[in-house]
Amino acid sequence: MKKSVFFGALTVAGVAAGAAAAGTLDDVKARGTLNCGVTTGLVGFAAPDANGEWEGFDVAFCRAVAAAVLGDPKAVEFVPTTGKTRFTALASGEVDLLARNTTWTFSRDVDLKFDFIGVNYYDGQGFMIPKSLGVSSAKELDGATVCIQTGTTTELNLADFFRKNNISYEPVPIETNAEGQAQYLAGACDAYTTDASGLAATRASFENPADHVVLPEIVSKEPLGPLVRHGDNEWGDVVRWTLNALIAAEEMGVTSANIGDLSASAGDNPEVNRLLGTEGSLGEMLGLSADWAKSAIMAGGNYGEVFEKNIGENTPIGLSRGLNAQWTDGGLLYSPPFR
Amino acid sequence: MTTSTDPSEGTFKLSMLIYDTRYRSITIQIVALIGFLSFFGWLAANTISNLSDLGKEPSFRFLGEQAGYDVNQRLIDYSSQSTHLRAAFVGLLNTLLVAVLGCVTATVIGVFVGVMRLSKNWMIAKLMAVYVETFRNVPVLMWIVLFMAALIESLPAPNKFRGADPEATMKVFDSVAITNRGVYIPEPLFSRSLGDISVGSAFDISLDLIAILAVLFAGLWGARKLRQRADAIQESTGVRPVTWWARLAVVFVPIILLLVALGFHLGYPALKGFNFQGGTYMRNSLIALWLALSLYTAAFIAEIVRAGILAVSQGQSEAAAALGLRGNRIMSLVILPQAMRVIIPPLISQYLNLTKNSSLAIAVGYMDLTGTLMGITLNQTGRELETVLLGMLIYLAISLSISAVMNWYNNRMKLVER
Amino acid sequence: MSNTHADTVLFVRDTMLPQKNPPSTSVGAVGWARENLFAGWGNTILTLLAFAVVYYLLAGILPWLISPTFGAESLTECREILAAKGVGSHGGACWGVISERWKQLLFGFYPAEAYWRPILTFVLLFVAISPVLFADYVTPKLLWFTALFPFLAVWLLWGGSLWTPVTVLAGFVVGAVFLSMGSKIGGAIVGVIAAILGAVLWWAVAAAPLASGLSSVVEIGLLPVESRDFGGFLLAITLGVTAIFGSLPLGIILALGRRSDLLLVKSLCVGFIEFIRGVPLITLLFVASTLLNIFLPPGTNFDIILRVMIMMTLFAAAYMAEVIRGGLAALPTGQYEAADALGLDYWKAQRLIIMPQALKISIPGIVSTFIGVFKDTTLVSIISLFDPLGLANAIRADGAWTGIYWELFIFIGVVFFIFCFSMSRYSMYLERKLQTGHH
Repeated sequence: MKKSVFFGALTVAGVAAGAAAAGTLDDVKARGTLNCGVTTGLVGFAAPDANGEWEGFDVAFCRAVAAAVLGDPKAVEFVPTTGKTRFTALASGEVDLLARNTTWTFSRDVDLKFDFIGVNYYDGQGFMIPKSLGVSSAKELDGATVCIQTGTTTELNLADFFRKNNISYEPVPIETNAEGQAQYLAGACDAYTTDASGLAATRASFENPADHVVLPEIVSKEPLGPLVRHGDNEWGDVVRWTLNALIAAEEMGVTSANIGDLSASAGDNPEVNRLLGTEGSLGEMLGLSADWAKSAIMAGGNYGEVFEKNIGENTPIGLSRGLNAQWTDGGLLYSPPFR
Repeated sequence: MTTSTDPSEGTFKLSMLIYDTRYRSITIQIVALIGFLSFFGWLAANTISNLSDLGKEPSFRFLGEQAGYDVNQRLIDYSSQSTHLRAAFVGLLNTLLVAVLGCVTATVIGVFVGVMRLSKNWMIAKLMAVYVETFRNVPVLMWIVLFMAALIESLPAPNKFRGADPEATMKVFDSVAITNRGVYIPEPLFSRSLGDISVGSAFDISLDLIAILAVLFAGLWGARKLRQRADAIQESTGVRPVTWWARLAVVFVPIILLLVALGFHLGYPALKGFNFQGGTYMRNSLIALWLALSLYTAAFIAEIVRAGILAVSQGQSEAAAALGLRGNRIMSLVILPQAMRVIIPPLISQYLNLTKNSSLAIAVGYMDLTGTLMGITLNQTGRELETVLLGMLIYLAISLSISAVMNWYNNRMKLVER
Repeated sequence: MSNTHADTVLFVRDTMLPQKNPPSTSVGAVGWARENLFAGWGNTILTLLAFAVVYYLLAGILPWLISPTFGAESLTECREILAAKGVGSHGGACWGVISERWKQLLFGFYPAEAYWRPILTFVLLFVAISPVLFADYVTPKLLWFTALFPFLAVWLLWGGSLWTPVTVLAGFVVGAVFLSMGSKIGGAIVGVIAAILGAVLWWAVAAAPLASGLSSVVEIGLLPVESRDFGGFLLAITLGVTAIFGSLPLGIILALGRRSDLLLVKSLCVGFIEFIRGVPLITLLFVASTLLNIFLPPGTNFDIILRVMIMMTLFAAAYMAEVIRGGLAALPTGQYEAADALGLDYWKAQRLIIMPQALKISIPGIVSTFIGVFKDTTLVSIISLFDPLGLANAIRADGAWTGIYWELFIFIGVVFFIFCFSMSRYSMYLERKLQTGHH
């Protein structure tokens, strides 16, 4: 940890990661903190509370990675990024990991030289309209004014959707979700479009949520996932398998409540044992301690617990698991085996 | 720095490069040049090595690729299949549009407020002072956001116009619709239009507009000739012929004839489907930005105008009053023309500020150059270096053109004055 | 025909009448109102119109502003309070968000137990600039404190070991020693070169080990605070003040360069100034947030706030250069000629004669530049920093407060107004003082 070389402000990030060459894992360990890129604020996914503590679904993943690598879920520096700055922040090494509901697309993976390490939320772009509009399908929105949040894949999907259905529309670009909400509620746009999770979160915060409906059409696939720099495979593995550990933990019934008992000694289920480090040497292969997955799960619980706590049905956001249920429950979450 | 010491004859020593004033300036300049070039070389070398690490070669090819996104306000044809270059151009035109609109209204409001602040009416003077101080001391970004919020919250949504007994009605003989999405005003239409001509297949220019402008300029030129002739007659005979009706006729009759020939009529907006259709649509992002920029800049212009007026000596207005001129005419004929000399240079920098501040348009989703080229295009292509540098160059070009034009005007004013 | 006076003239007053009071309509409140508000029908209409506007505005805003919602903990609670009061859920402001978040809006994520540090720094800032701003009332000896202040401020705000700023400061002392020694041995230029080399060597080689050595002996330090934890008005003020302090020397150099006879130096300076003034600040901030990392050697990576500080300083320097150039141009030529006549060389003349005067008359301009830069710090919200506006967006992303709008903006606007208005008043006071002092 080499800090405060010249003035306190100049935080030189050690041997900093210039693109592919350096090992991010070693950097993070040497630094003692994980730099995690998040949004500047999205309900349920990442927002600072009154004490400046970050909370949310994406934040919980950052904490899990920090716990896995450093053993301390608090050892995270959250770097808020916008749609414009997020990729530069990651490419330049300012953040080690970007957990900022970013859609996994071909060009981002290939052309922008990033590695998506998996999907932590399966989303899709939808439309929300006031019930009084009397519209039941997005195809009836000919000539409507549609609010969109810029800086995402949303505007491209929207253009494609309306072009495909040969109907016209009036796009109103919006900088933040809060702006979009204000415009939509005041009737400055007929429909509001963004990821369905965002729509649900926005609708939940309305005074009268029942007056608004989310249309059945989902016009795009938005697999949102954390991403790391291309080429640093050791670090990519750590992040990928932290996510898988959270997912697998839910599948195997490992929760933050019973993890103490399960990890105390090797139990009946060999995969649980391998996951929690009571058997085998998976942690060592990753370059981490044996109880890495245990720390990650203890940080905020398994995937299901994180989901329920931040965006699940008992929160104001009230998202159902849907596609994000375990494959055993008809969802898409499917962790490769821990073996 | 110039000294008249005798140049010492004799051999040149290396130390003379530093201590001899004849050579020192050259030394300093060469050192500065080397420093400058090596600094830039260093930056360029870093950039190239960093970009090759990232696997991105600097290239402007993305400008020719399909943009894929729609822009709501466009002054030229554009669709999501157009190129990024065209999107940037749409943004540039939007920047220029709001800059020109803003400069005009800011000047009008600023001069008005500046004069009113000197009013003898205490209430008016204080009200203007409150306006100036409030707007000057709060960041312009906040004003833009606040105006947008005010427009959205306080104006009726289009569906309030619906039904047998609507909550909101159209204004000015049912021709103007003011909604919280924007203002719809009647648009000029031509039933016997001349059509468009294409310039290099990229831009269509309306022949109607060209015809109208041509006739207008011809009319203005004719009016000017008439005035010069009247001046000449006055010079030689001392009697000025009455020409105002002829000058008006020269300007307006041909225009009216042309408009009739083209079949000019107004297209009124009407509520169809979700929105009003027809008419010219000014989106409230444009209106909010325009209002906020004009009112913010006008507060500064008002102070400039006030200072300019106060700089004209009291004797001038007393002399004008002694000549029997009235208050309004003293202001417009004696004080303001003289104050202009003081006002114009700071006014130029206010125009520049306004144009640069228009780049905050993204806060309200007005798709200007920052919103298209340095916004969505940057996001979609990931070409930070190219888009930001290109954007900066364009803004620089706009700023330099504005200062060039205004400096030319300033010099012209000076010549007239002396 | 009688010639007596009394016959020809009917009445002549031969004693002075006592002076009468002016009519009651032209003195006191009534007279003032007649003169200033109701002089002529045009003025009367204007006045009534103005009153109507003011009344309309106040009647619209005041009932909304006065709203008993300070205790609310979420927007929903606010709506309940307002509904219970019977004014409709939009009939009043929701001040709960301010009472819960005002500390965050002022200090960002700065640790609460260390709030005294920024406050102390802010107070000391006034002490440091008082010899410049209120030269008549404070002793010039305070200028020494002004020179020390930047180091003290950095230490107070960012924390860490006291020895770091001390050793950095020691570098300047080393430089000064080298300067005086070098000048004695080899003349002014050798002195300058020696000073720069000495100081740089000190910082590069000696400073860091010395600082860590000293702190292992005597540990004096404050809780270190990351610059990412800066936010709200603390961030805005830090950015603004750093930009102005940093831009002052840079601006002086640029202004001198622009007035220089050396063609190349002059064109470089003009090019820099016109470039910076020709592009919007937001594009420079884009450079800071997306490009600066690409421009610097691979591996250098310093945090976004420092990058923004650099760009803001460059931005302010271009404007500062123009202000100082104005000050230089406003000095009577006699001052330059007198300096030449005394046989002073260029730098001595600048240091002893020109700059003290030029800077003094530039202070109002510098203050306005500062106000401008301070207001422009709101732009950093667009590149994801948590200045007051950025924090407002983040607060609205908290589930409890989504949908809140005006309350935050009004609070932020009012605080900005208080800062900027008082500074502009000060600048006007100074301008008046300078005007009478000069001619």
